[in-house]
Amino acid sequence: MLKESIKMALENIISNKMRSFLTMLGIIIGVGSVIALITIVSGATSTVTDQVASMGANTVTIQVQGTPLKQGLTQGDVTKISELSNIEGIAPTISGQTTVAFDGKTMDEISLQGKNDVYFQNTEDVISAGRIINPVDTENKSRVALIGNDIANELYVGKNPIGQEIKIGGITYQVIGILQESDSFAQADTNKAVMIPYTTAMGVVGAKYINSLTVYIADEALADTTTRQIEGVLTKAFNGDDDGYSIVNMQSILETIAEMTSILSMMLGGIASISLVVGGIGIMNMMLVSVTERTSEIGLRKALGAEPKQIQLQFLIESVVLCLIGGIIGFGLGVSLAWVVANLIGTSFALTASTVLLAIGFSAAIGVVFGFMPARKASRLNPIDALRSI
Amino acid sequence: MKEKILEMKNLVKTYTMGDEEQVVLKGIDLKINRGDFLSVLGPSGSGKSTLMNIIGCLDVPTSGSYYLSGERIEDLPETALSHIRNREIGFIFQQFQLLPRLSAQKNVELPLIYAGVPEKERQLRSADILKRVGLAEKMKNRPNQLSGGQQQRVAIARALVTEPTILLADEPTGALDQQTGHQIMELFKELYQEGKTIVMITHDGDVAKNGSRIVRIVDGNLSEGVYNA
Repeated sequence: MLKESIKMALENIISNKMRSFLTMLGIIIGVGSVIALITIVSGATSTVTDQVASMGANTVTIQVQGTPLKQGLTQGDVTKISELSNIEGIAPTISGQTTVAFDGKTMDEISLQGKNDVYFQNTEDVISAGRIINPVDTENKSRVALIGNDIANELYVGKNPIGQEIKIGGITYQVIGILQESDSFAQADTNKAVMIPYTTAMGVVGAKYINSLTVYIADEALADTTTRQIEGVLTKAFNGDDDGYSIVNMQSILETIAEMTSILSMMLGGIASISLVVGGIGIMNMMLVSVTERTSEIGLRKALGAEPKQIQLQFLIESVVLCLIGGIIGFGLGVSLAWVVANLIGTSFALTASTVLLAIGFSAAIGVVFGFMPARKASRLNPIDALRSI
Repeated sequence: MKEKILEMKNLVKTYTMGDEEQVVLKGIDLKINRGDFLSVLGPSGSGKSTLMNIIGCLDVPTSGSYYLSGERIEDLPETALSHIRNREIGFIFQQFQLLPRLSAQKNVELPLIYAGVPEKERQLRSADILKRVGLAEKMKNRPNQLSGGQQQRVAIARALVTEPTILLADEPTGALDQQTGHQIMELFKELYQEGKTIVMITHDGDVAKNGSRIVRIVDGNLSEGVYNA
């Protein structure tokens, strides 16, 4: 009976090609837009979270503004943080501005960054050539420097800068590597920057305070607890004044992003599903017309022994089949659209099984909901009246 | 002694139209035995369509009794009436009532679907019965590829395929020319010879004469008629 009903539904849909297609159009557009929006948003979300995560999902970043009495963190404060549990490593940053010079050429407004080996171990692709700052450099306050791409190109025309000398703020360092050319997405422009061991910056350049810290956490699950402990140390360091620093837990940022985008995706999906409802009304309309047109067929079927619920099932299946075909076409279009958009704006494109199920489930549900009333109307027709209406 | 398969006693059917009550059947008494070929002759408005609807279990009497195959037909749920129609009645309509999208064979299979007969058996039985009515060559044709007479043969095959208790024909020659109508009547007579029970409703005295027995219905009253009515 079910097989017969599906076959009859398909025959009826095919025999009314134009009308079936126009009716399906509502479902096609509805499902298409819901799927496209959800796929685009989830692709964009995963691109953003990947970028944030690439900055380190297991990190707590501390920016130090300082107070009038204490303008940054001292080595002692850093040691206290490193003594907390669940800390894998700490990468302090000392930043300033300086001038670089080589062979009579100078460049102004160069960003000076004091780093340590922990930073380089936890950050990929910092340099494009040479070697990174290692623990020995940090320990010995070595006068070694990594230089930005622009500096390498301007000061060392036609030469390999690695192994050459460079004057940073009047002090001579040895160039040990060249920083990766930075792109637009990077946190900071490193093309006009030099990096030296932070111990060198403190000991040789004379910086007193550490401006920022990146703390690497061993167990991400305990990130919140560890963050609170770090906050405790910082508050003590600034004598209870918590305006002196800001602390950012990357894990909680990731959670916030995920939460926001899921709300966004639900909102957009909700708006798009209004068009699904409109499509459903189209289906209901067509099914009602179909019931009226086929009144005598319904009467005949009843005379031949069809039960009311069999008539109802037949029309319900017809509307579900119609919606499913529309849903499948809409799904195809929505996914193609999402793919095109993802390629245009450069976000990632991922199709999840839940999206597929959503499309199929949604269209079948619309078929049932909006097909129910017409199907019930058909099943309740009086066979005598129905047979008379030839 | 012939087996009685249908019996009506003092059957009344009343329709309410607005405030007015209209008595369409005014106490019908009717018995039909297995193997009868009964013609119900009556002018339009005589109540013969209402009688047909009640015999066909499409409608139920207001009062009185109606027994079909020993079962009392009364105000039963639609589902129960559907099963009785499917099992007991083979309808033949004036306008054939074939589904235009289906082949002749598929049309004949239709009542078997509702009887729950599996597909293989449906195909065999429908093919057999179409051969019986002389349409072995036209099984795959759609109704619009068949002549009026052939379409009515398909409809007769559809009525026969479930082996119902009664073949119930409503003006079966009404939409056909005289010669074709005559051929259909010949087929009815053959079916009668084979022992089928036929009830034929008509307004045409000449057509009614084909029956083995004629009753007249006038203004809601039924009377046993004679051949040269």
